[in-house]
Amino acid sequence: MSLMTETPPRKRPFWTMARRDAAAGYLFIAPQLIGIIAFVLIPLCLVFYYSLHEWNVLANTFNFVGAANYQMLLADRALPQVLLSSAIFSVGLVVLNMSLALLLAVLLDQKLKGITVFRTLFFSPVVVSLVAWTIVWSFLLQNNGGINGMLAMIGVEGPNWLRNPTTAMISVIVVQVFKNVGLNMILFLAALQGVPKELYEAARVDGAGHFKQFRRITLPMISPTILLTSIITIVGSLQVFAQIAVLTQGGPGMTTTVLVYYLYQQAFQFHFFGYGSTLSILLFVIVAVLTFVQWQMRKRIVFYEN
Amino acid sequence: MKTDLSPRLRVALYGLLCVLLIPFVFPTWWMLTSSVKPISDIFAFPPDLWPRRFDFSTYAKVFELQPFARQYWNSAYIAAIVTLGTMVVSSMAGYAFARIKFPFSNTMFMIVLLGLLIPSEVTIVPLFQMFLGWGMINTHWPLILVPVFGAPSVFATFVMRQFFIALPGELEEAARVDGLGRFKIFWLIALPLAKPALGAVAIFTFLHSWNLYLEPIVFLSSTQMFTLPQALTQFTDAYGGAMWNIQLAAATMTAIPVLVVFIIAQKQFVEGLAHTGLKG
Repeated sequence: MSLMTETPPRKRPFWTMARRDAAAGYLFIAPQLIGIIAFVLIPLCLVFYYSLHEWNVLANTFNFVGAANYQMLLADRALPQVLLSSAIFSVGLVVLNMSLALLLAVLLDQKLKGITVFRTLFFSPVVVSLVAWTIVWSFLLQNNGGINGMLAMIGVEGPNWLRNPTTAMISVIVVQVFKNVGLNMILFLAALQGVPKELYEAARVDGAGHFKQFRRITLPMISPTILLTSIITIVGSLQVFAQIAVLTQGGPGMTTTVLVYYLYQQAFQFHFFGYGSTLSILLFVIVAVLTFVQWQMRKRIVFYEN
Repeated sequence: MKTDLSPRLRVALYGLLCVLLIPFVFPTWWMLTSSVKPISDIFAFPPDLWPRRFDFSTYAKVFELQPFARQYWNSAYIAAIVTLGTMVVSSMAGYAFARIKFPFSNTMFMIVLLGLLIPSEVTIVPLFQMFLGWGMINTHWPLILVPVFGAPSVFATFVMRQFFIALPGELEEAARVDGLGRFKIFWLIALPLAKPALGAVAIFTFLHSWNLYLEPIVFLSSTQMFTLPQALTQFTDAYGGAMWNIQLAAATMTAIPVLVVFIIAQKQFVEGLAHTGLKG
């Protein structure tokens, strides 16, 4: 480093090893730290500041209203439905995603010829463009689309998937699960392969069957991976937007209007930036609480940690 | 639980895997074949797994209806810059947090980790205002700056830090004895060893940028500036109805190149993600 050369001779050098190291450390983290301050922390403060204002971009009004937006939040007739939709979506997605990922990982952990081909194919939707994937499913799920066509061939009359309240939500969840389950599957597979084989041998000697081995050895040993993937999957499920926008636009009614979609509508379609900011704060609180709860739960459910 | 399976169990397992595979591969097949069907055949009953007539003009129409080549370029160059930029930012920050001792490093790491807690959807309104103030609305700057320096890069920094923490210290000590400075140690010793982690970061980041949808529709307004995900949803007729075969042709062109790269490099892809992904 050029700083070294400026050290005056004889005197105890200012740039000691430790100081040079510290300077390098700050330089190395500077882009990331400044980025977080500029694009995360300042916007977070701003979003709170905005949430205290009545702000309509079209009408060009910006007035301090205190907690009025938060009172509006409590009185918002649509919000319970939005939160319910978000909850159904997130719970459905996480449960389906985690159990399918675990099932696939266990199946792919078997000694079989050509198993990597299966692994590749199950993973492939992860690399398909999200909107492209969603458009294809939207096409398949049309009333006269591919899925109902196939069902009709075996004499079943399929529902209008994206226009029926129940099936619309199921469709949105399932499309998202098939898109991304490969990621969790791979992480589970790596975790399964990291479980020491001796444990299974010892259990077999003790007469434990496959199911018992799975419950008593496999699950506890991979519990750190389960916890981490579940946090990521839950937080990810709260961010879903493109799928809703392409498949249902939040409908029918408001049955698939999740919080991020509602936030987008309020802020960028109806131009209520103040109320949109209040919804952003709500989203932030939900994400923070969920992460905190799961982090606390790790002591109870995670069997060991490296 | 790897045990040698009996032949009967083996067949059952193959059968089960094939059935489970249908929703994962059929959509891609359906997209490919439907994109070359004439519009009259697209909702034909019974459904054709192989087109009975071919109509390749859909692919030409994609380029007639929208500046699709330009939009393709937009998505590609943004994803490339974001991927490269994130690799630089996250490897440097990850290295410093893992290997360099400096005052307040833990506090600063906690601040950076806040980015994981605050998804960019939360800050989309103020970000829009900030970029509006800087005259960057309807430019690609927000789609580059926020992912490289903001919340989306934090996950990458976390992955890099986990990797560098696990790296044995002897190599660095030897280099220090030889009088190498921090930057040279990072560049010549640590970074070359971090290729698998960097690979995983590159894949995650590329896919994230390539899939971005909320940010482009908030920040971009002219078709010339659109990215692919945004462009794909624009193939509609005057009544807002989807022009399915053209839309599917555009979707095919968006999806297939990445899919091909993935299939060629799938071993590195999957193993990179599995081994550096989330071990900590």
